[in-house]
Amino acid sequence: MSGEPAQLDTTAQGDGAPIVELRDVSKQFGKLVVLRDVNMKFRKGETTVIIGASGAGKSVILKHIVSLLKPDSGEVYCAGERIDTMTDRELVHLRKRFGFLFQMGALFDSFTVAENVAFPIVEHTRRSKSNIAKTVAEKLAMVGLDGLQEKKPAQLSGGQRKRVGLARAIALDPEIILYDEPTTGLDPIRSDVINELIIKLQRELNVTSVVVTHDMASVRKIGDRVVMLHEGEFIFDGTPKDMETSDNKTVRQFVEGRAADEQLAGIRLKGKP
Amino acid sequence: MIITTIGRKTSRSLEAFGRFWMFCLLTTRWMATSIFRLRNWRLVMPQLYEVGNRSLPVIAITGTFVGMVLAIQAYDQLHAAGFAERMGVLLNVTLVQELGPVLAAVMLAGRVGGALTAELGTMNVTEQIDALRAMGSDPIRYLVVPRFLACLILCPILTLFADICGSLAGSWIAVGLKDIPYEPYSYYTMDAMTKWDLGVGFVKSLIFGWIIGMVACYKGFHCRAGAEGVGRACTESFVATFMAILIVDFFIATFSTGLYKVLYGFKSLV
Repeated sequence: MSGEPAQLDTTAQGDGAPIVELRDVSKQFGKLVVLRDVNMKFRKGETTVIIGASGAGKSVILKHIVSLLKPDSGEVYCAGERIDTMTDRELVHLRKRFGFLFQMGALFDSFTVAENVAFPIVEHTRRSKSNIAKTVAEKLAMVGLDGLQEKKPAQLSGGQRKRVGLARAIALDPEIILYDEPTTGLDPIRSDVINELIIKLQRELNVTSVVVTHDMASVRKIGDRVVMLHEGEFIFDGTPKDMETSDNKTVRQFVEGRAADEQLAGIRLKGKP
Repeated sequence: MIITTIGRKTSRSLEAFGRFWMFCLLTTRWMATSIFRLRNWRLVMPQLYEVGNRSLPVIAITGTFVGMVLAIQAYDQLHAAGFAERMGVLLNVTLVQELGPVLAAVMLAGRVGGALTAELGTMNVTEQIDALRAMGSDPIRYLVVPRFLACLILCPILTLFADICGSLAGSWIAVGLKDIPYEPYSYYTMDAMTKWDLGVGFVKSLIFGWIIGMVACYKGFHCRAGAEGVGRACTESFVATFMAILIVDFFIATFSTGLYKVLYGFKSLV
């Protein structure tokens, strides 16, 4: 499917039941309009990849989904419940259904790896210490880090921190996992490990995933569906295959990893191509 | 143009003021609901260690030297007036009511307040606070309440510790170095010191503890992005706490002196 510059109606496509829905969501920070009447449905069991330029508002969308940010106007629904009007207390039961992998991992510095992964379990369940330790080991094994339980986040590499963040995100077996730039800052091999992990979790836990990324290799590998956010609006919605054949100029630039001539004009030397 | 600027600045200040009191209200609400749960007190213990144990050397040095300086400076004047034996009265009342609470609070504002703001500010800019919320935990319950309680509990205790250090150091100067006889020195001191003096010092230190905990946590929670944002929040936290301590101290001193006169009449220290 090829996108037009005008905003798409992304709410009525596909067959899966929507689990998260954004209706006419607008968000502004100071004078900067980040989202303009955005409509989007994320369908159950599907991996949706959100692409777009830096600062386009991709992470803002993720934060609206778990109500870390409230829209200036519009509505956000999760499993049929309107969540943008809920208080933090009312959101507790809902947030347990989500896992959120933050861009830099957002691990608690003062905790060990095991304490970080155990955190949501300790907070929301009354399991025994041995049971928690077993679950932590299982989750760490899923991300290939079992044995690092006693390390502090400062002792881990960037890729390991992200994987621990992922283990923490899946600690309560969530239905929906949100990934904020899971491969940014990692080398291609480590990026591929993260991509494989996302696919593995999708298969083993049958979760709904929303992934924000700039990494086109990730998009092609993990995405069931790709949406592109540009200047506060969705300008593309389709499969990774559709994306490859899109004739939308902005999408093409992303696919080919190529800046437009006008974007390069300022940095090109006079008289040189 | 000027009116618009003034209006905008006033509006921002009022907004920040409202946000601060909303933050206080939420902290109080979480404190009231979580204070009876053992698992919440487990979060307070490390903070008590951080705020209390690690502040002891700084508080001891502050109290000791303030007591000694006070004794050195007061001795000549009191000796010339023939009141040297009553130096303990001046020294201890000043320490317990005024210098102990204020200087201990200022030291805590610098050591503990700055550290709390930096810690929470860093957690804020590295999305750790967002991570807490995303996992269904309330960051005010989890992060603010334990730190605030530690400040509230320990500020009076550390103030008392500073008072004791200052009193002992002042006595050493008076009795040990200036050869004031111990018997009359201690007699006049014990005679003049009342529960009122201790009470005023306690109330002050409790309020100062409240200010340190609340301002430090608020500034950490609302700091701007990046290292610059955290640094600025720490500076703002210390300046705001320091000023609030001095201003509140003035009002408590005015109120307590007036109330004392109404209840007991004028009290002469010499």
